[in-house]
Amino acid sequence: MKYQIRWALIFFLTPVLLWLFLLIVLPHIDLLLMSFRVEDDYGEMTWSFSNYMNFFNEPIYWLTFVRTAVYSILVTFLTFVTALPVAFYITKVASPRFQGFLAMLLLLPFWVSELVRVYGWMILLRESGVINHFLLRLGILDRPVEMLYNDVTMVMGLVYTSMLFMSVPLISALESLDNSLIEAAYDLGADMWSILFRIIIPHSMPGIVSGSIVVFMLTLGNYLTPNLMGGKNSLWFTEQIYNQFIASFNWNQGAAFGFLLLVLSSLVIWTGLKLTRQKLTGVIK
Amino acid sequence: MIRSLPNSRAYTLGFKLYVILYFTFLFAPLLVTCVLAFNDSPFPSLPWKGFTLDWFMADNPDRLGIFHDEINLSSIWVSAKVAFFVTILSTAVGTCGAFLFEQEDFRFKQALYFLMISPLVIPGVILGISVLLFSNTLGIFFEHRWNLDVGLFRPGFWLVVLGQFSFIATLVTLVVSARLKKFDHTLEEAAMNLGANRAEVIWHITLKFLRPAIIGSGAVAFLMSFENFNTTLFLVGSEATLPINLYLQVRDGSTPVINAISFLLIVCTSMAAMVNLFLAKKEEV
Amino acid sequence: MDLSVQNVTKVFQEFKAVDNVSFEVQEGHFFSILGPSGCGKTTLLRMIAGFIEPDLGVIQIRGADMTGIPPNKRPVNLIFQHLALFPMMTVAQNIAFGLQRQREKKADIGEKVERILKRVGLPGFGSKKIDQLSGGQRQRVAIARCLVLNPTVLLLDEPLGALDLKLREQMKVELKKLQAQVGTTFIYITHDQSEALVMSDYVAVMNQGSFEQVDTPQNLYHKPGTPFVARFVGDNNAWTGKIRRCDNDGTAEIVTTEGQGFHTKIDGVFQAGDEVDLFLRPEAMLIQPDPSVSGLNRFEVTVRAILFDGANSRLLANPHDSDVEMLIALPQNRQYDHIRENDKIEIGWDVKSGICFPTSLHENA
Repeated sequence: MKYQIRWALIFFLTPVLLWLFLLIVLPHIDLLLMSFRVEDDYGEMTWSFSNYMNFFNEPIYWLTFVRTAVYSILVTFLTFVTALPVAFYITKVASPRFQGFLAMLLLLPFWVSELVRVYGWMILLRESGVINHFLLRLGILDRPVEMLYNDVTMVMGLVYTSMLFMSVPLISALESLDNSLIEAAYDLGADMWSILFRIIIPHSMPGIVSGSIVVFMLTLGNYLTPNLMGGKNSLWFTEQIYNQFIASFNWNQGAAFGFLLLVLSSLVIWTGLKLTRQKLTGVIK
Repeated sequence: MIRSLPNSRAYTLGFKLYVILYFTFLFAPLLVTCVLAFNDSPFPSLPWKGFTLDWFMADNPDRLGIFHDEINLSSIWVSAKVAFFVTILSTAVGTCGAFLFEQEDFRFKQALYFLMISPLVIPGVILGISVLLFSNTLGIFFEHRWNLDVGLFRPGFWLVVLGQFSFIATLVTLVVSARLKKFDHTLEEAAMNLGANRAEVIWHITLKFLRPAIIGSGAVAFLMSFENFNTTLFLVGSEATLPINLYLQVRDGSTPVINAISFLLIVCTSMAAMVNLFLAKKEEV
Repeated sequence: MDLSVQNVTKVFQEFKAVDNVSFEVQEGHFFSILGPSGCGKTTLLRMIAGFIEPDLGVIQIRGADMTGIPPNKRPVNLIFQHLALFPMMTVAQNIAFGLQRQREKKADIGEKVERILKRVGLPGFGSKKIDQLSGGQRQRVAIARCLVLNPTVLLLDEPLGALDLKLREQMKVELKKLQAQVGTTFIYITHDQSEALVMSDYVAVMNQGSFEQVDTPQNLYHKPGTPFVARFVGDNNAWTGKIRRCDNDGTAEIVTTEGQGFHTKIDGVFQAGDEVDLFLRPEAMLIQPDPSVSGLNRFEVTVRAILFDGANSRLLANPHDSDVEMLIALPQNRQYDHIRENDKIEIGWDVKSGICFPTSLHENA
């Protein structure tokens, strides 16, 4: 018996270890090491902090970094505020007959590639786009307006892109909320707002946190949406990384940026978990 | 508040309006993209100049429909191949992972579990660059040490597969684990009691029970791989996948061929989604 | 008069859940609504609480019409079936919830919470989490959470249903004592007759949307008003038969469909030839009665099984070798220890203990 259990353990453990060490652990260690390497005057690689110094000395780098962080938090919050009423409607207000249908409808757009969705927004919003066409036709505008390439549009695009990852955990959190708790609160004299803040949000906290983590992480690491919908001045930090890797071919600088982004995302997620007193493993479930 | 409570008219109406607006927001870009795939105009914009299938069927230098567009067709084929290998790899390893974390006990299990879920909170761009860096490091190492030039370590097909696999395997592990949690262990005990060994039990009993979860997560893995952009961006070689190829086209200007591809993607993924949901529902009953 | 319900009707898609129900509850009474599941008692309760508006009729609390008043503005509170305690709050926060909604001062809230916790026998439990409490303690917190608001009427929706048997027995007594102590009017719905009978001052028996009988527990048991009540409240042996002859002293001669002749008391107007249902409590059956006692219906039965259940032990028997089954109370005073299966024993019952209804009333049962 003892022998057989060991055999199964080895069978299951080997591929998982290979996967996690070769594709997650070692590459990230390499990322960290590379970020401390620079080419010196003789073309030799040496250890140095200069990649990180560059980051702090060039305002464009750390400003983009701060901007990306602040906007990602904003996007996460906006996504939550937009998704909560819909999740609540589907689970608690809509007639049970439509519930499944509405939930399916909610998920459907997110099966389609992000690129297609962003492209859809582009042909809707750009100067020669569909919305401009209708506004001109209706006489609301007399000259087409470029609605693409600004921060507001970019934030909207990011909210749109990450909506699914907020809706799903919210729906499952709200489904597990016993209706009688809401009824009891109502019976005890509560109004809508106190039910929202005392019952619904505390109960859904694990769902809110897990949704927020995923949305935040995806937004922070998003490249497509800021790149295609944001303006020349709406730089996203992933674009800086891309530039270092592909345009400047300065991989060590890119590695430093990548590591900074990783630290930022871990830090914000960790703070979020601490503030709401949740555990990562609990939230993932 | 909820179905079972008396609601004011304004509340119900306001809520309905919000949900309708939300769904419009959700579907508008997709709908517009699809409609403009059939517009007989060289640009994907209004006004409507009549219905045409040119963007699918045409085969002349002015209008090259998707079915004759070699570049786009080959990128679709590349994406399909990548997705195929990613699906096979990640379902195999993910299922091993599920067994490992649900049924086995070993030292550092908690730490390894934490490592396993970490790809969920690492931005895709970072995964991409760290895999790129590490493979490059390995490539240099192999070349210096043994004078071997290993193609696998250069950006290209297999690196894309590995990069995508590194986080999609986590998803499969979580989905299959969730199903495995619901597994009634007395079934295994019964099978063992009837004389089956561990491997036979897993093959005949447990895997049969897990089959819907494995197939479902395999389908999701295929779709995620097919549509992945962030990780792929850094790992892609000369063979561009569909999202990368589309991105380059969208960035440099657009033709209704992109709408046609988008239309096909939307139709195919919606159908896949429906089938998946339908199967999931059937499983519940 | 704390609660007055007049001609209340509620229809759900053709289905009459509550059909023209009227009743009144006096201040300080423990009033139960007893009925099988699906009889409409929950709908009735939710209408009183304000979660559902009646289609017809009026609900008044202390004389004030409740039409159109939402649950959070009514002077009634509801104890939910599964209690609906807020798991995200402590015991004290649960109890304070309603007071905070009334914008009471913080100091007052703290004091009131302390006081009510003492009253329900949970002093010092304020900082506990809900999942640290036992079933009985949760019960008491749920009651405290409502009572702290001083409701005119407290509604209880089968709150003991989820408890195990032993605790349920204990909570029945506690709830009764608590109600007597606080003096709040309780309206309690249940499908468990023992809960209703033990605790209530008055019980309404509900069936298919309407009230069959509203009475004291004693009267429900001894003088059921309808065949449904006779069957539903307590165990009963039932026979169907025909009246052969009515006597002037309020008794009648009855022949059952199996051909047995009985002499029983009748209430109401009957004529010879009427079809009747005759009900007899198991404890009305006397085993081997003293031959000197007169006025008994005596007959012989064959014991089929001895259903030993402590103080509630019975004999399952067939009269006269027919296959009609009847239950006979088996007092555990050791006098009948000699009875074995397949014994033939004599049974007698007093003329006054029979309960007769015309068969036409049968349809509702």
